[in-house]
This record gives sequence, structure tokens and C-alpha cells, in this order.
Amino acid sequence: MSDLDHFRSETRAWLQANCPPEMRRPMQNDEDSYWGGRNAVFTSEPQRIWFERMRDKGWTVPDWPTQYGGGGLDGARAKILREEMAAIGARSPLSSFGIWMLGPALLKYGTEAQKQEYLPKIARGEIRWCQGYSEPNAGSDLASLQTRAVSDGDDFLITGSKIWTSYANYADWIFCLVRTDSTAKKHDGISFILFDMTSPGVSTKPILLISGKSPFCETFFDNVRVPKSHVVGTVNRGWDVAKYLLQHERAMISGMGERGASRPLGQVAADSIGSDEQGRLEDPILRGQIASFEIDEAALACAAERAVDLAKAGQGHPAFSSAMKYYGTELNKRRYEILMSAGGIDALEWDSERSKQGARPRAWLRTKANSIEGGTSEVMLGIVAKRILDLPGA
Amino acid sequence: MALVLNEEQTMLRDSARGFIGDNAPVAHLRKLRDDNDATGFSRALWKSFAEMGFSGLLVPDEFGGSGLGCVEAGVVMEEIGRNLMPSPFLATAVLAASALSRGGSAAQKSEHLPKIADGSLLAALAIDEGAKHRPLQTKMQAVRSGNGFRLNGAKAFVVDGHVADLLIIAARSAGSPGERAGLTLFLVDPKTKGIALERTTMVDSHNAARIVFDNVEVNADGVLGELDQGVALLEGILNVGRGAVASEMVGVSEEVFSRTVTYLKERKQFGKLIGEFQALQHRAAHLYTEIEITRAAVLKALQTLDADFDNAATAVAVAKARAGTTATLAVQEGVQMHGGMGMTDQFDIGFFMKRARVCQELFGDSNFHADQLAQLKNY
Repeated sequence: MSDLDHFRSETRAWLQANCPPEMRRPMQNDEDSYWGGRNAVFTSEPQRIWFERMRDKGWTVPDWPTQYGGGGLDGARAKILREEMAAIGARSPLSSFGIWMLGPALLKYGTEAQKQEYLPKIARGEIRWCQGYSEPNAGSDLASLQTRAVSDGDDFLITGSKIWTSYANYADWIFCLVRTDSTAKKHDGISFILFDMTSPGVSTKPILLISGKSPFCETFFDNVRVPKSHVVGTVNRGWDVAKYLLQHERAMISGMGERGASRPLGQVAADSIGSDEQGRLEDPILRGQIASFEIDEAALACAAERAVDLAKAGQGHPAFSSAMKYYGTELNKRRYEILMSAGGIDALEWDSERSKQGARPRAWLRTKANSIEGGTSEVMLGIVAKRILDLPGA
Repeated sequence: MALVLNEEQTMLRDSARGFIGDNAPVAHLRKLRDDNDATGFSRALWKSFAEMGFSGLLVPDEFGGSGLGCVEAGVVMEEIGRNLMPSPFLATAVLAASALSRGGSAAQKSEHLPKIADGSLLAALAIDEGAKHRPLQTKMQAVRSGNGFRLNGAKAFVVDGHVADLLIIAARSAGSPGERAGLTLFLVDPKTKGIALERTTMVDSHNAARIVFDNVEVNADGVLGELDQGVALLEGILNVGRGAVASEMVGVSEEVFSRTVTYLKERKQFGKLIGEFQALQHRAAHLYTEIEITRAAVLKALQTLDADFDNAATAVAVAKARAGTTATLAVQEGVQMHGGMGMTDQFDIGFFMKRARVCQELFGDSNFHADQLAQLKNY
């Protein structure tokens, strides 16, 4: 038996013994995700057990180095762990912007002291992070951001506001883009800085969305004092860090549909619409739409797998995550259009117990943000056109 | 297994790319068409293919081949697609070699496989009867007669049927159209009495034939695989063919796309390169994304065929469906973005459009495979 086969059988046995059955069911809603942080609450005992067991193995971040709280797995072993978790439907033990976004940026751009300070707390789910990128006047044109950091001795004083800050009202710390040089060209005067959301001068205000929920906030900074040592990378070179992090954010968003995957769409539709004697969905056109969707979904999963393998082989393109983000988010919107159509009038209820407080229509509406947040589909296509296809023009 | 080509496969790709690019670029197909060539392909190039080991790629070592897999066959098919090379590779080296090595008796293997590997035998697979690919609807009759069978019926869209030395035919030895049971595959010599063969010149200037069987006698040892239970073997061969054609379509898509992007960087209108226009940039970026995703799905299907042949149906349906829609989009965008030039015969782009249309129909179009997927997933 090769080392990898051995690792696979060990991993399979460990997961079998340690993943509670409740944690092998598809997530139904936000409460099924555990986000960690200072004020974290487990919504069930199995959720706590599963998180703690995975944390203790470093498998909240299997491929991070062990000295930063990770599992220290190489690419091949991390892939095996993913495959074995997928095989039993195991949930991700920890949902975290620290893992998906900040961590990779710290590993690349952070000082050793920063890595030791922040990464283990991310891996152990002790600090929950939010992302301070967009501003009211800096959306797709992110680099025009105006939140100002003024030098004051060993500190910066930060003033300005951010918008679409996901879960800012629950977050412990923020990774934030600020303007440290207002005379430089717009991409050149930006710094990437970390600070505690309990610092004096920080306030948040949830934004009510069309889904009736408030996953995003407006976040305000009024002379917030932050030590200069909290800058990641070089002062005024924060755009490099920001872009690198965005690649990871885009990979995360393109996989959102996957993470939320529940019962196969064809069966969900059959439950409400019914099937004919041959077991075919009663609505033949919807059946075709579902099949086309599932073909694209399966193909996208192959492309995601291939992107990881290409990167490992040194053949990946750094802008490819933009193509994946574009396709994955448009696909997730299609999934929910199909789910709404399959549900018919039952998918329209908003407040009832029967509809779990309108879980489906709220989720449907939420997906409409997928092709906006983290860079719109149009921005993604522009990046592919310029950076991968090398087409001319601004 | 990593979803990328390994070192040997990359070397094979480079050698196929070099050879086909040098010897059979689109001009080769154009010349065969313009000359009304009787066979529609070059026997000399097929001989070179054999010498390079391509014709025996899927033939096991003991019969003189290299015993490689579907990924390697797909690598060659992609380069064929890139250059629109008319070649017996698909019908003989992929379909017939798979059929014989998977279903053949010891005698059938040792009679035919060495000749496939050395390039001396051309074969063709005859499945389709109606306007669309519906293998289970096979009507062609195989009735017991003496020591063998008598075949009656008609086949269409038989790739390379007009030049084949050996036909592999699906017929119904029992049951009714639509049923899985009762299908049998036969090896038939096309010179047998009662076979009427008509070469069909198709839109893409590639080869196919219509074949009518009128009381054609076949010996019992002409049965390939199990009598009445040929459906699993047939589906296996078809899945290999689908994976191969999907690879060809990836080659077609990429080549059209690459030529189109080049054109966007050269053609000027309104005092600008047309590639500066966002309307075209976004469409090009969308097409790029579709092609990359399809490439991954096709490689996954080929790897699955090699690693877990009996459970590859879903991956193959995904790959062939995706390859069909992607190639269709690629050739349409290719013609549109080339403007009036794309409509001219002088320009090559139209050849790609024609080939993509034929590849769509070959072994089931995107709708067929979407239906397959829905059936596999029970809805």
C-alpha cells in the first residue's frame, strides 16, 4: 500500500469514528454553519464535538503549516481529506473569512510575528474576521476607496466608512483597506491593515436586504487608533495584498453553491411536481433545464479540481479564479431559479412555520448578490479579457 | 489522480500536435474536398500514424499495440480536432480497437487487432438507423439461419463505412426496439453478398456511409461478445467514442477560439482594434470560461473511463453534452466575430463550424446526453 493509500484509509477510519451523524447531513441554513469568534455559540452538541475534534487535528485548515495551527498536509493529502469528507457528506467544521480570505494573504505577505499572532487564532476559530473593502463610492471601482489612515506617531488614525461588510456586527477583527497616501495614483496609496472591532470609534449598522435578512453592514470609523505594526505587507502597497486576497475570495464565492448543496435538484422537483410512470419529472421542460444545470455544475466541479491541480503543477493562471467566480455565481443563481420554479407556489411563502420562515425564497434572493459581491460578473469578465486573453484597451 | 496530463501524455500531445500540424493542417482537408477525393483521407498519413504508434494506441501490447487508455486517445483526438484532420483514427483505432479488445474472442482479437495496430485494416462501427442517435431503438434484424444469422435492415452515419475492411454492426437478435435485451454485435465483411453501400458526403467533407443489408449471411463466429446481451458492450464502446469525440470538440473549440482572439487583436474598425470593445471582450471571456470548464469535464470523463470503466456513464454524458454546447458556441462566435470574412469559403472558420455540427450528432447530441443524465439520476 502506498503512503497515500495508507493516509486515505486512516483518514476514512478517523472520519467514520469522529464525524457525528448529524454533521453528515446537508446544511439547511446559516445556523448550521459554525463561524467561531469570541462570542460564538454552538447551535448543537454535535456541531461542538465535530468542530473541536477537527480543530485538534489542525483540520480546520488542513494544508496550513502545523506551527500556525494547521494540519500540515501536502496537496495530495489535503485533496484526499476533501474527497473523504465529501464521500460521507461531512460538513465543514468552521466557516471563516479568516480561513478563506485573510489566512492565505497572511501566509504570503505577513511578517513572522503577524503569522504567529493571527493564524493560530484563525485555525482554532477564536477570532472571527470581517472584510473592510467596499465603500459607498467604491464598489466595482474598489481602488477609488477614500477611508483615510493618517499617521500619528507609531499609529494610524482611521476615519471613513465601509459598506457590504459581511457580518461586521458579529466580527471580532477587521482586515481593511485604507488610503495612506492621497497624493499617489489610486492603486498606489492603499494599505492593508488589521484592527479590533471593539476599538473606540468603530460602529456598525446592519443593512436590510431584499431577502429580509441582514448579512451585511455599514461600518463606520471615527478616528480609530491602530498601531502601524498592524499593516500587512508594505505601507502604500496594500493593493497587492488586496488583489491576492480577492483571488481567494472569488474562489470561495464560486464554490458557494457547492457548499450549500442539499438534495439533488431532480428529486426536489419531483417532490413537488411529481413524476410519470417511467419516473420522469412531470414537467419535461423543467426536467431538461435541471439536467442542463447539473451538467454544468458537474463540469464546474471538474474545473475547480483541475484549477487546484494546475496550480500545484505550476501551470495555473492567477486570474483564473475570476473565470470561476463568474461562472460559479451565475450557476448558483440558475440553481435557485430552478428551485423556485420547482417549488411553485409553495416556494413563495415568506413567514410560515411550514416554509421554515421562507427559507427557500430568502435563499433565492440572497443568491442575486453572488454575481455582485467580490467583484461583479462584468468586472470578472473584464479581468479575464485583459489578464488572460490579453485583449487590448483600458 | 490529478486532473492534468502527466508527463508521458504531454509528450504524446506534443508529438501528435507537431505531426498533425505539419502534415494535416486545415489546408489538407480543403484539398481533399476540392479534389473530390474518392476516399476522403490520406492513406499515406494513416501509414505514418501507424508508424508513430497512434493506430495501435488502444490495442493491447500482446497484439502489437501500446495498450494505452482513453486519455491518450483523447489527446490525439484533440489535435485531430484542432486541425480538422480526416483520419480513420476514430473509427478504427478508437471504436473498433475498443470493441474488439473489450468484446472479442481470442480468435477475433488475434485476427484483427494486429492489423489495426499496423495500419493495414480499416474498420467502421454501424449503429445509427434514424435521424438521431438512439442505440436502444435499433431495428435491424438478425434472424437465426442455419449455423449463423441473416441480417436485414439499414444503417446510416457509418463513419468511414465506405473504406472499411470490417464492419461492426448492432442488430436485434431478440426483443423489440427500445428494449435493452436482445441486442447483438456482429463482425461483418463489407464485401459479403447483400450489402449495398453508399458513401455519404457530409457538410463537413468528412466520411460516412449509408449501408443497406438485404439477407446478409453471417456466420455464428461473427458474433462479437454475447448473443442478445450486447447492450453493455455497445454502451461501453459508445462511451469511449463519446469521450473521443468530446476531445475532438475541445480541439475544435480551442482552435476556433484562438484564431478568433488573434483576429480581435488585428482587425480595426472605428479607428480601434475590435478587441477593445467591451461587448466583444465579455463574449470572448465568457467563451474562454466555457472552454476551460469543458476541457476539465472531458479530461475527467477520459480518466474515469480508464480508472473505472463501468461507472463512467455520468462523467461521459456530462463531457459529451458540454463539449457539444461549447463547440457550438465557439464556432458561432468565431464566425460572428470574423464578420463577413467568417462567411467566406476562403477562410477556414467555416470548416470548424461544419465539423462541430457533425460532432454534435455523433453518438448523441447535447440533448441526448442531458436526457441520459436525467435518467441516470432518476428524474
